[in-house]
Amino acid sequence: MIEIADEHLREIRAHGERDYPFECCGLLIGRFENGRKVVSETYAISNAREEEAKRNRFLIRPEELMRGEKYAREKGLDVVGFYHSHPDDRAVPSKYDLDHAWPSYSYIVVAVEKGHAADLRSWEMEADRSRFNEEEITPSPFGRGSG
Amino acid sequence: MPVTVTIPTPLRQFADGQSEIQIDARTAGEALDKLTSTHTELRRHLFNDQNALRNFVNVYVNDEDIRHANGPDTPVNEGDTILIVPSIAGGAAVLDEIAGKDAGGPQAGMPALPMLSNEEVARYSRHLIMPEVGMTGQRKLKAASVLMIGTGGLGAPLGMYLAAAGVGRLGLVDFDVVDASNLQRQIIHGTKDVGRPKIASARDRIEDINPHVEIETHDTKLTSANALNLFVNYDVIVDGTDNFPTRYLVNDACVLTGKPNVYGSIFRFEGQASVFWAERGPCYRCLYPEPPPPGLVPSCAEGGVLGVLPGIIGTIQATETIKIILGAPDIMVNRLLLFDAWRMRFRELKLRKNPDCPVCGVNPTIKELIDYEEFCGITQQPETKPTMEEITATELKQRLDQGDDIQIIDVREPHEYEIGAIPNSKLIPLGQVLNRMNEIDPGRETVMHCKMGGRSAKAIEALQRAGFPGHLINLKGGITAWSNEVDPSVPKY
Repeated sequence: MIEIADEHLREIRAHGERDYPFECCGLLIGRFENGRKVVSETYAISNAREEEAKRNRFLIRPEELMRGEKYAREKGLDVVGFYHSHPDDRAVPSKYDLDHAWPSYSYIVVAVEKGHAADLRSWEMEADRSRFNEEEITPSPFGRGSG
Repeated sequence: MPVTVTIPTPLRQFADGQSEIQIDARTAGEALDKLTSTHTELRRHLFNDQNALRNFVNVYVNDEDIRHANGPDTPVNEGDTILIVPSIAGGAAVLDEIAGKDAGGPQAGMPALPMLSNEEVARYSRHLIMPEVGMTGQRKLKAASVLMIGTGGLGAPLGMYLAAAGVGRLGLVDFDVVDASNLQRQIIHGTKDVGRPKIASARDRIEDINPHVEIETHDTKLTSANALNLFVNYDVIVDGTDNFPTRYLVNDACVLTGKPNVYGSIFRFEGQASVFWAERGPCYRCLYPEPPPPGLVPSCAEGGVLGVLPGIIGTIQATETIKIILGAPDIMVNRLLLFDAWRMRFRELKLRKNPDCPVCGVNPTIKELIDYEEFCGITQQPETKPTMEEITATELKQRLDQGDDIQIIDVREPHEYEIGAIPNSKLIPLGQVLNRMNEIDPGRETVMHCKMGGRSAKAIEALQRAGFPGHLINLKGGITAWSNEVDPSVPKY
């Protein structure tokens, strides 16, 4: 389960629309709490893929992830997952995503159809690497009513 | 020498919750081996099946990436820190294996796409100047592998265009031999090839079109025993089969191996095409959960097919295959294209994934390949009932020659009768047999025939059920056997 405020979901959607037709990506920063992830902010990353491949691939370089982790640690937080967009494709992780995932992290995928953010879903990989399971997205109490 | 390995947060659950572990090791590789032999669950997230570090897993010794040092042999000294950091990669479900090999690979440790020679650049120039293909796309095509099931009507244009387009590796599965009746549509084979195995003839033609293509021939029938092992070695599977058991087999094997299934089928003047790709949309079973009862849908051999039709459907399949490899946005997933050549109309149906689909649904019941002949209801069904009396063409000729009084009823269609007929036979098409029963003399011995013996057996059953009192005999193998055994001047079709 992932707890994330509406405003952060809006940021992810907006990032996906901004980078369309390319894939966008970013970090989810927050805390692991009893098997649950609580997101307190998103951290946009520039897609490291070259032009051609950006339509269907994203890459967050380890240096960037380390920078993000350092940023999180300074605030007493962790990287709890990642988000990326699927331009003109479903909000479902691909086999490629599965091959490149680690357990526990949340992987939020937002479908961007013809430039407009549509379906947004969150996934967590099964510990034996066999599949992704969709996880429930619950609004964060901090985000409730925050317009 | 003790070094400290820092365990990333999501993997701590596999290391008893520890964030740092002290290990005695001389190299980074040794440290990781020791770490994962103590905490075995960690291993699968760090190493792949070939025991190499997963290509998105990066290992740092004191802030230096070991890829830039000596890899796993990078020495470590007392007090060093080993850091495991993923580079987070992912993306939409375009052809994963191929698109993974893109030019940005090296940072993530992925194999790079193959380069093109100057000769290849010249050959593919009309592709290269389009941004949708370009150099990267053409290299993706070269990196790609496609398995074609069948080298017949659909396989002919498919094989030729995929080869011409520069697909790097083409697998051909067929066990059939070129027959004269194939040449009306199977343009990958020529008149000189009649009698040769189709895969041999197809190989010659493809090599002539593009010697840069690697061809793998599989001279075998596709079966539940060999399909999965064949499919895993290719990126895209193209279904050019002409029968239901193989079509369901191709579908299920594609779902189980996660491969896109580029589907096409043809009959008379009508064709269908789609891309069944369970990861992204419906599979063939979502569209057709059950096969039609055996005999309801005739094959092309029985029903005929316009020779140009597989050319149109096969080239649509070739187009979709190339688009999948390139990662094009509008692949024919979720859509079924219907084509009617006689009216020259294309129509499109929206398809939806069936959540209850037995093979690709939420709770699949088919988890391995089954017996598809049985599934389609065509296992060991005798052509004719054992009680039915039969005569061979040779015996019939002998009896006619010795002057026996036999009437011959031909139950084929008039346009078939025009192609050739047995002398002194009377034409009563199957559909009219019962209405015209009175035209058959019950007092004379009667031999009934059709093209192969199937329809005449049905006619005899129908007449017997209707109470026809005469003596009815089926001509075994129909007029085809007559042509083979008695009179080769009667053309076979």
